[in-house]
Amino acid sequence: MNLDVKTETLSNETKMFVSGEIDAYTAPQLKEALMPLVEAQEPSVTVDLGGVDYIDSTGLGIFVGALKSTDQNNGTLRLVSLNERVKRLFSITGLDEVIDIEERREGAGK
Amino acid sequence: MTVCEELIEMKVPAKPEYVGVVRLTVSGVANRVGYTYDEIEDIKVAIAEACTNVVDHAYDDEGLISLQFHVHDQFVEFKIADNGTNVDVEELKKYRGPIKPEEPIQKLNEGGLGLFLIETLMDDVEIRKNKGVAIVMKKYFQKDGVAHGTNGIETETINKHR
Repeated sequence: MNLDVKTETLSNETKMFVSGEIDAYTAPQLKEALMPLVEAQEPSVTVDLGGVDYIDSTGLGIFVGALKSTDQNNGTLRLVSLNERVKRLFSITGLDEVIDIEERREGAGK
Repeated sequence: MTVCEELIEMKVPAKPEYVGVVRLTVSGVANRVGYTYDEIEDIKVAIAEACTNVVDHAYDDEGLISLQFHVHDQFVEFKIADNGTNVDVEELKKYRGPIKPEEPIQKLNEGGLGLFLIETLMDDVEIRKNKGVAIVMKKYFQKDGVAHGTNGIETETINKHR
């Protein structure tokens, strides 16, 4: 029930690696780390969710907020390495239609 | 109506740090009664969403989330209740997802997904208002012919009621 967030700043983009569970308790920690990145000028942010095995609506809401912010600042937000369970929640809620999402490759979790 | 075979009850403080505790407990109970891996994951999300609703909206100050799991032979009825007075059930029902891709990004809602997820992941959902609010949801065992689509939306239910 913990969340671990690491950020790596490259010359033209910021990568964030998230692992653990994103819920009402841990979501503020994610929000605090993510929002400053997406509020920058023309942000290019990639969030690697490879280590995330649980997300709920609070977490999904944070990514909606982050998407709005990157859109407003003419930037991009990309989510990568989602496992099947996490991807499924983005699909059910329709968020995969509005956020750039890449699932984890090579049959992980199958 | 089927007879309730087992009853599991718990009460936890309505605080975000206990939502994970509930999730772990529900996972254990759901595993015990024989749900599949995917069903357990769906149940965990739905119960946690109901608890998060209580944590976020039910109480001005401190309060409790009370949980009851009634195990029947074809389904489990999960009841998540509070004693708060703050939730407007009609408002809660009105305001819910999914995200509509045709909406401009700036108009997307950051909330309202919780109840939508509950209704999508569980087979039967009822919101009762008494002193507080109770969300009562059923999840049938897959062996009884409840088939689940991959995205959960085209869930097909056979022999859903009795």
